[in-house]
Amino acid sequence: MADATTRPLPHPHRTLRHTLRAALPGSAWVVLPLALSALVFLYPLALVLHEALTGGGAGLDTGPALRVLGAHIFRTALTNTLRIALASTLGCLVIGFALAVVLSYVPFPGRSLALRLIETFIALPTFLVTLAFTFLYGSAGIVNETLMQATGAALPPLDFLYSSWGVILAEVTVYTPFVLRPLMAAFSTLDRAQIEVAASLGARAPMIVRRILLPAALPALMAGGSLCLLLTVNEFGIVLFIGAKGVITLPLLVYSKAIQEFDYPTACVVASANLVLSVGLYALYRAMVGRMGGGHADLV
Amino acid sequence: MLIWSRAGRAAVLGVTALVVLVLYAAPLAIIVLAAFAGQWNGVWPSQMGLGNFTAVFQGAPGEAVWASLVTGLAASAVALVSGTAAALALRGGRGIGRRALDLLFFLPSAVPSVSVGLALLVAFSRPPVLLNGTALIVVIAHFVIVSAFAFGAVSAGLMQLPRDVEQMAESLGASAGYRLRRVTLPLLLPYLAAAFGLSVALSMGELGATSMLYPPGWVTMPVSIFALTDRGDVFEGSALTVILIAATLVHLALVQLATRGGRAGGRRSGTA
Repeated sequence: MADATTRPLPHPHRTLRHTLRAALPGSAWVVLPLALSALVFLYPLALVLHEALTGGGAGLDTGPALRVLGAHIFRTALTNTLRIALASTLGCLVIGFALAVVLSYVPFPGRSLALRLIETFIALPTFLVTLAFTFLYGSAGIVNETLMQATGAALPPLDFLYSSWGVILAEVTVYTPFVLRPLMAAFSTLDRAQIEVAASLGARAPMIVRRILLPAALPALMAGGSLCLLLTVNEFGIVLFIGAKGVITLPLLVYSKAIQEFDYPTACVVASANLVLSVGLYALYRAMVGRMGGGHADLV
Repeated sequence: MLIWSRAGRAAVLGVTALVVLVLYAAPLAIIVLAAFAGQWNGVWPSQMGLGNFTAVFQGAPGEAVWASLVTGLAASAVALVSGTAAALALRGGRGIGRRALDLLFFLPSAVPSVSVGLALLVAFSRPPVLLNGTALIVVIAHFVIVSAFAFGAVSAGLMQLPRDVEQMAESLGASAGYRLRRVTLPLLLPYLAAAFGLSVALSMGELGATSMLYPPGWVTMPVSIFALTDRGDVFEGSALTVILIAATLVHLALVQLATRGGRAGGRRSGTA
């Protein structure tokens, strides 16, 4: 009796909070993002996969999906996507590595300005580069007009923009900064004394690059390269803006099936295939980042 | 310091300058040039002026600026709250459950934006929730796309925070809520601002998902730019692109300025 009067009554609000905290230690915060993700990301994606596996019918029917996957246009889009992604990634790695070496080890005035200019492209839309390329390298662009005036040619001599090469050049421009960033970070942690010693022992620049810089950059190259592969496989804006009839990639095929032909079942099959490819590449990227020693897999 | 010979340095720097100019400086310069061009028949454009910009602001493309800003700010705000909650919940956790959730919150960045758009179109064009044809579905798509990015940026920020400050607050008897409000979040503020800034930038440039599901009354800048250039209005398209670039860069600068001003004596106190 005496106890009940002297002891303060537990605050109802407090007890509820304590119970919740005991049940979900420290992680109650996850409820909101998890609910949002389930509603606007997982559920819609599950519907796309469901649509692809049932062909719009009631039960499991892989017939329509297999027909789409066997069709010529899907095969072409898949090969185009992989070819463009591999070529662009290779270009990004070569140019990114060369730029990182020069920006880190060959001091010159305007170095930080150049770095800032390149990094700005991470925040800008990808199609911007394609639009610029049509003014530069298009059939009536600056380069072709200059060449035609100089040589008197009747037809534009430079004709690569409206092909896979135009897409590849644009993607190299857009995605090189994503390789440059981890490379600059890797070089900034490299002990400069190593290079000084190698140079004083008579090693020339190509040897230093091959024997010291390349091995040091390898994890960053792997991580940046796998990120490039993922981003170039998923790229849409650049391919759409080039608008070349012959250059169809998987994302563009999803778009044209759904928006131009209203063929949603086919679009869902192509999107599912694209999804499997992208998630696989994302797994590769995470593995590479893990090997690099980074604890997180931040994409930008 | 890698190359000592004068000729070698000149050659290397020459090639570097050429690459940077051709790949990065020339595209930006040419878009700006085209934005002010009235005609472009020879090598260089002629009849330079502000005509393209007045045309953009008088016509429908002007509304795209508004649609993009609202979409970007709304989607990024929700993504920031949700991403911060997720990052705090998963902070320091271990085990398969944590890794699975971490993967789930990063996954939207691995999915092609066109597929995100298609999925939302399929899901919300049927009962129980009909959103097809609304501006909200565009905001939702942008939220999905920037959410992984916001989560990643906040998680990376949390990893940089010195643990000892929070532990000290705890040892002094500060409750979990107080610690979060007065210690963790203020320390995290620069990372939150950076995450928000780049989320909005990402959203303003988004094209894939938006082209799948934008309603007639809610055309964003990238969709409008594509519509303009696709029908041959390349100069007006360039003008809108310049507006998009300017909006993105001004926004990023504002966010940077705001965090720096708000955190005088914070992280930068060592250099002040």
